Amino acid sequence: MGGTEMRRCLGPQWRGGGATVLSLVLFVGASLGAQAETGRILRVGARTAYPTLSAAVAAATPGATIRVAAGTYRGATTEIRTPRLTIIGEGWPLFDGEGQRELIVVRADDVTIRGLSFINTGVSHMEDRAAVRVIESSRCRIEANRFRDALFAIYLQKSFACQVRGNDIVGASRDETSNGNGVHLWYSPHTSVIDNHVRGQRDGIYFEFSRGSVARGNVSEGNRRYGLHFMFSDSCRYERNTFRANGAGVAVMYSKQVTMLGNGFLDAQGSAAYGLLLKEITDGTLAGNQFAGNSTGLYLEGASRLAITDNDFTDNGWAVRLMADAEDSRFSGNVFRANGFDVATNSRTLRSSFEGNWWDEYRGYDLDRDGSGDVPHQPVRLFALVVERHPEALILLRSPVSRVLDAAERVFPVLTPSLADPRPLMRAPR
Amino acid sequence: MSALSLVLRAGLRDLARNRWLLAYAVALGLITESLFFFGGTGDQVVLSLLNATLLLVPLVALVFGLMHVYASREFIELLLAQPLPRRAVFSGLYLGLALPLAAAFLAGLGVPLAIHATRGGAPWVALGFLALAGVALTAAFAGIAMAIALRTDDRLRGMAIALGAWFGLAVGYDAAVLAMVSAFGDWPLERPLLVLMLGNPVDVARVLVLTALDASALLGYTGALFRKVFGSALGPTIAVAALMLWTVVPFVIARRRFLRRDF
Repeated sequence: MGGTEMRRCLGPQWRGGGATVLSLVLFVGASLGAQAETGRILRVGARTAYPTLSAAVAAATPGATIRVAAGTYRGATTEIRTPRLTIIGEGWPLFDGEGQRELIVVRADDVTIRGLSFINTGVSHMEDRAAVRVIESSRCRIEANRFRDALFAIYLQKSFACQVRGNDIVGASRDETSNGNGVHLWYSPHTSVIDNHVRGQRDGIYFEFSRGSVARGNVSEGNRRYGLHFMFSDSCRYERNTFRANGAGVAVMYSKQVTMLGNGFLDAQGSAAYGLLLKEITDGTLAGNQFAGNSTGLYLEGASRLAITDNDFTDNGWAVRLMADAEDSRFSGNVFRANGFDVATNSRTLRSSFEGNWWDEYRGYDLDRDGSGDVPHQPVRLFALVVERHPEALILLRSPVSRVLDAAERVFPVLTPSLADPRPLMRAPR
Repeated sequence: MSALSLVLRAGLRDLARNRWLLAYAVALGLITESLFFFGGTGDQVVLSLLNATLLLVPLVALVFGLMHVYASREFIELLLAQPLPRRAVFSGLYLGLALPLAAAFLAGLGVPLAIHATRGGAPWVALGFLALAGVALTAAFAGIAMAIALRTDDRLRGMAIALGAWFGLAVGYDAAVLAMVSAFGDWPLERPLLVLMLGNPVDVARVLVLTALDASALLGYTGALFRKVFGSALGPTIAVAALMLWTVVPFVIARRRFLRRDF
């Protein structure tokens, strides 16, 4: 290591004062040793050379590892400008923002933060205050940390190919206006958000302008607004996540080629709550998901050319609500069970197709034994149309008179849309 | 031994051997069993049972109650010839009708459920509400049946009134409500609708089960009042209270007729 670089690294140390003299000694000692650059370990703790993380970060060279001992750390925000740092907490060291500030800001590539806990950034209405913020950095890894009562927990802006994995985030469950998001991605393409658990934030996971990203295996529940809020992010995948009891469910908007596989959209209840709201989504795939206990399971508005297959809709108020501007989507292999209404729409002409789904309301038969019913099934009930026009009529749900209406419509179909499943399945697929 | 329990015991002993009552319990049991047998999950079974309960229970209570009172005419006259208080005689007669009917309903529902309960995941709250609703409907329509039977001695006429009452409350009432909704759709109808629902025991029973079964749908409606009522324990509480009232009112009306009537 050249003398100039050393001076540059040490620069802040000299201004740092007493404790840093010791660190200089350590640093020089290590530099002189034959140890490889990446092997350097700095220890942060009450009885070590670095009482604060900031001090250790300032002393660290690229590739160093900083081990933070258990304890509570207060004081100024730590800013990381050294690339390839690995920060590891031992025994959950606690970083306390004292309601005043962000805790770690990363402005360098390849930084790893693991095993730390963060509390109490406080609420700011002027800035999006985050416990950990990553700015214009590539390949960061934020893994297995704990966040409590942070406005925003993890905030990635203009970063690239980061991994956010295994974090446990619990927000203060304040109302939407004074609450932030759990994992927030803004212009951060190719990010992986995996196996995190988010509760009590505004949006559990937020993607905006972050194409090619992945969300997998996360649990996002009890957030005030959306479990997942997803906008302008083409070619993203999200798989095997569980979204439960979020204020407004999950919203996926203004994106192309989004793939959604094997997620659970559960218990989003309320007049404006949707298991999954799709708005202006084209060419997406929606397969093997479970929609259960939502006021509206799947809401499609301006969603076109989607393949919606093998999903399970159970116990929803409305399983699927198709707005008239949803075009050319194909529903097949889905299961509709014990929903208030299977399909509702605001139009008589629908340009989406249903084929080979299983409907618990199907009353047909299969004489040729090919596994699909011989008479088409019309999933839009007359009573659903009545409710669409007069929502108060919902109070008559499951009344004998609603059955009479539906039966009459089945015999003389004049009012309901021509929408029909020509080959309804006789047995529910598993 | 009080007059009430005397009359009640005589009534129970009489109905315990009644084949129609047994058939009613067996039919309900077969319906429930077949719902499970054909692979229904918990919620679906409750939904189908709700349909059966809303239509069948009032019909059976009305027709059976009417036939029972007409058939017991001589027994009633015999009782009234004894030095027994009329109120106690009436209460004994009413309970002697309502209790076996309710027991038959609970047995028909309960036995298959008990057999299949081991499969777990049953929607117990909804089932509990359904049982409560069925018992309350039985009590209400047994009272209505007695009121009708005490009003006219003409069996044919009595049966016509009973069937009219059944159709009116099970289907006609809701049809009128629906017509009202579509005619006055531009007005705020939430509050009148909720009040109207309380005016018909069949609707109260249905709404009670809905609060446990279709909360997701009820909460999907934009009206603030609905959300307040169905988003809390308020809805079930009101519904249960209204059902209680609906078991008492027909009883009181029928008793008044009984007390004033000259046999």
